[in-house]
Order: sequence, then C-alpha cells, then structure tokens
Amino acid sequence: MRGVAIVGVGMIPFGRRDEDTLVDMLSYAALNAMDDAGIGDMPIDAAYVGNMGAGLFNHQTAVASSLVDRINLFPAAAESVENGPASGGSALKNGVLAVASGYFDLVLVVAGEKMREVVGPRATDVVATMTHPQAEYIYGATLPSMAGMFARLYMPKYGITAEHLAKVAIKNHSNGLLNPYAHIHSRITLEGILTSPHAIVNNPFVADPIRLYDCCPVSDGAAACLLCPIEMVAQFKKPAIAVAGFGQATDTHTLQEREDPTDLKAVRLAARQAFDMAKLSPGDVDVAELHDAFTILEIAESEHVGFFEKGEGAKALERGQTQIGGSLPINPSGGLKARGHPVGATGVAQAVELTWQLRGEAGQRQVKNAEVGFSVNFGGFGNNVVAFVLRRES
Amino acid sequence: MDTELEALLRPPAMRMAAYPSKVITLATGKQMVVRQASRKDVPTLLDAVRPTLGIPRDYYDIVGARLYAELLGWYRYRVRDHYCLIGQVDGFLVGIVNGRMYTREVGMSYHTLAVERGLRIGAHLFAAKMEHHLEHLGQDEVWITAESPIGFRRWMIEYDLAPKEGAQHELGGASYYVLTRALWDSAKPRLCVGDRPVPRKLLSLAEEGIKIADEDTITEQILGAKRRMLQ
Repeated sequence: MRGVAIVGVGMIPFGRRDEDTLVDMLSYAALNAMDDAGIGDMPIDAAYVGNMGAGLFNHQTAVASSLVDRINLFPAAAESVENGPASGGSALKNGVLAVASGYFDLVLVVAGEKMREVVGPRATDVVATMTHPQAEYIYGATLPSMAGMFARLYMPKYGITAEHLAKVAIKNHSNGLLNPYAHIHSRITLEGILTSPHAIVNNPFVADPIRLYDCCPVSDGAAACLLCPIEMVAQFKKPAIAVAGFGQATDTHTLQEREDPTDLKAVRLAARQAFDMAKLSPGDVDVAELHDAFTILEIAESEHVGFFEKGEGAKALERGQTQIGGSLPINPSGGLKARGHPVGATGVAQAVELTWQLRGEAGQRQVKNAEVGFSVNFGGFGNNVVAFVLRRES
Repeated sequence: MDTELEALLRPPAMRMAAYPSKVITLATGKQMVVRQASRKDVPTLLDAVRPTLGIPRDYYDIVGARLYAELLGWYRYRVRDHYCLIGQVDGFLVGIVNGRMYTREVGMSYHTLAVERGLRIGAHLFAAKMEHHLEHLGQDEVWITAESPIGFRRWMIEYDLAPKEGAQHELGGASYYVLTRALWDSAKPRLCVGDRPVPRKLLSLAEEGIKIADEDTITEQILGAKRRMLQ
C-alpha cells in the first residue's frame, strides 16, 4: 500500500445555516479544501461524500453525484458513504484506501449534514433510526437515552461525577470560543450549569444523569480533505500531513447484547489498529479529537483508546491535562459539544482540526509543537468506530 | 387632543399587583435581573424590538411586529391591563415578555422575545410571566398560543398543556392552550427559578436605565451572523 497524505483541508462554520442547502455546504467545504491545497486545474479522480441522513433530513439522496455536478468535478468517480455518525470517518477511510491501493491519486473526501431543516425532536428521531428497530427504537430509545444508561453504569464504576461531566462541557465550550468554525460560542460556568439552584432550568435533565449541556447541539455543517499519495505532496503548497494509521471496528447493534455494556470494545479495537498501523502508541499523541456527542463519551473514550487507565480519565480532566496547554489536549476545536455535530460531517471535521493543529494553523487554540494527532469517530452507540492517527511529515 | 373623545378611547384599567423583581443565574454564570418595565421604558424597548422586524428566522419578524404594536398600544393607552417584564444582564436588555389581564380570573399571554439566544432566557422569562399571572395577579388560568415551533415546544410541550376549544386567543392563529393552577404547580419546580430580593446593587444597575445593544449586535445575537462572514 502507498502512504497517503492530506494536502488540503476545508470547512465551513458549523451552526444553523438556513440559507444553504446540503449540497451548497458540501461545495463550500470542498472548494475550501481544493483552494487550501492549491490544486489549480489538476483533475480530481474521485470524491467520497460522508452523510448520514440526507434522505430523511432533506429528502435528498445520492449527494455525491449532486456534489460533483455542482462543482464540476466531472468525470470523477463519486459515491456517498453512509455509516451513521461515523459516515465522515468511513468516507475518509475509503478515500485513504482508494489512494493507498494505487487506483486513484487525487481524492476528495467531503462530509456534511443539514440537520436543522427539521425541528430538534425530529432530528433526535432521525438519529435514533440507527438504533435496533425491534429491540430499541420501538421502545423509545434515542441516543441521549443510551448515553444516559451508559453513564449510569460507567459513572459509579469509575468514580465519575456530574461535576466531571460538567467540566468536560465547560472545557469544550471554552475551546469552542477560540474556534471561529464552532457552532457554540458561549462560555459556561459550573455554577450556571450545575451548582446553582437555577441550573435546573438552565441545564435540565435530558436522560438522567445526562443533562442538556452534556449533549452536543444539532448542527448544520460540512468539512473536506484532499488526499494524495505521499510521493505527490511536493506538488502542493501546504505541508503534508500523513495518514499514519487508521482502524475500524464494530460491536453488537444493541447495547443489551454486550458482555459488558461499559466496555467500548469497538473504540478499543479501532484505536489499537490505528496505533499498530502507525507504529505509534497512545503516549505519542500530542492532540486528540474524540467523539464527545455526550460528555461522558470524552472521558470513556480517553480511557478506551489508552490515553488513561480506566477510572483515570476524569482525574486527568480535573488535573487540566486534557485542556489546551495540558499534557494531552482533547478536543481543542470544542469537540462535538461546542464545534457542533452535523452527524455525517464529524469524522472529517476531526481530521480537518487535527491537520490545522499539526500544521500549526489552529490560531488561538493551537497546541504547541503538535506532531501526532488522533481521532475517534463513534458510530451508533459505539457499534461502528473509525479511528485515525495523523502525523506531521518533516 | 380632544379629551372627551380620548376618555372614550382610553380604556379603564384594573388594579394590577406589581411583579416583585428577582435574579436568576444563567448558564454563563451571569446574573439576569427580571423586573417589571414601566410605561416610560417603552420607547427604549421599541428601539430594541425594531431590529427584529426584518428577521424572518424563527418568526422573529411576526413576534417582533406584534410585540412592537402591543408595547406602543400600552404606551399610548390603547391596550388595557397590560404588563411587561424584562430581563437584564449587566443592565443590558436580553429579553421581553408581556401579557394582560383578560378578566380578573383569566390571563392572556402575549409574547416572549429573547434578544440574546441560547441561554434559555426565553424559558426563564416565560416562566416569570406565568408566575406573575398565577401568583401575583392572582388569576386562575392563563391562555397561551404560539406563533413559532420554538414557542410551541417551550410552552405547550414543556408545560404539558392541552388545546382548548370554544374560545379564541387574542393573538388568533393556532388553538389556544390553558395553563391552569394545577399544571403550574406541577411545572413550577422544574421551570421557574429566581431569588428575591435582588441585591440592591444589582437592582440599582438594572433600574438606572435599560441599556440596549446596537441594531447590528441585536441582529447578530439573533442570527449568529458573525459566523457567516467566514463562508
């Protein structure tokens, strides 16, 4: 297999984008990535488009075909990749494989979602279509309710408190303030969301013990990466970021069938594969983007990928290790919690943030001297997980 | 002014209890003073509402236009038994709610407009409005309708209200819903908060004068326009 590099990245501000269609957003992100690389009139061989729910959110399918038409990528190969909230990570993995195989040279990976076309409860329902139809969905299971059940088991077992969850939200909101692409630009405080008696209205329970500020927002947004073989990187204007490793693993569809429902097995396996391929270990990572769709997941994933022992993730958070300036900053972009979570876009948005960090282009949220980045894109409730290790090439 | 004719046009008023100010800690940790606005505050409030008339998102234009008319009508004595509550953070206006006494027993909820979004300011102020009707004005029930999906979710769903037939809310449109005392008692612990009395310094700052952001800032707060510049 050939080595693969990211030579261009692009994104649009996440949030609520009433004026743009899904394909508008994908186009802006794609053009930004192409401009970033400075590809001029080089032809793109293929486009992989990550998207989870355009058929349900926007009554549109086959978005990859629509994108190549909109931005005139003919006759590039194009396909949409749907893998729940891991659609972006899967699209990126497919793009990497296409370049690594030697079949395509220049591959555009774009991912996006336009969720705000429907009201919030409807968006929650669309996302819940990824649950098991007979064993979960019909009983009213949603992703917040699954996070609630997971948190109920995980928190007492590993000594995690409501204050730890709130501190993840506060950290990531604080990081989001430094990210002009973030959906949420709002500083929050422990008093305002937890300790004040007024917090019951500011931060109501969604699925006990998960509260409003433990959940990511419902966002519109898109992000893109341009890939090429390592040997081609000199043709582009930006420093190359190598896709040093990736991994993907699955777990049972229903939570109830897992031997230990607090074990995020697919996260462990995907991370291990990615580190093995990169010939690196969790200790080599300088900056990470984890899938904090719910605050509990940032802590749990930080333990499952091997950054911290079980039960140590919350302590690392308390010590400030995971904030910008700490020994291992997690989610300097604001994460899903503040940057936003247009479901299909997230996996690629994580790679875009890591690329900016490894290039030293992350502005006020820059992690100093970052050379190795790591991401986890978590699909379903951990039943399909894609992980990447990115490395700055000298 | 023809005073005889004006006397016919200007409706008689019922005595209305004052709303006792309270303070709420927001998610940001900032403190929002909720207090009753007076008629002399209306010109300032109109300046704050005016920018919303051009914002169709989430029906801000309709809510803003109707609120503008209601406040102007109150200012010029054309809306009877009207009250207005406002939220202020550091003296700045962050939201407005209003309504009126339809009868001694029935309250008519008018509008809820959050100038600053994403902090549940609308939810806090709507709860204050219901508190005013049921606990300070001493009414038995409040009639409520909604003009936006957000309003419908915030009031009808969060308060578990049921639609009523046989009468018409003064704002027209959708069916009207009724918040009864029993529903209020059940919703209040999870939806209505605030401390009294408001510390003197905080209240003085709020009462010194209502500060309002400029039109661009208000539009940006509602639309999140600053982020579009990066497109």
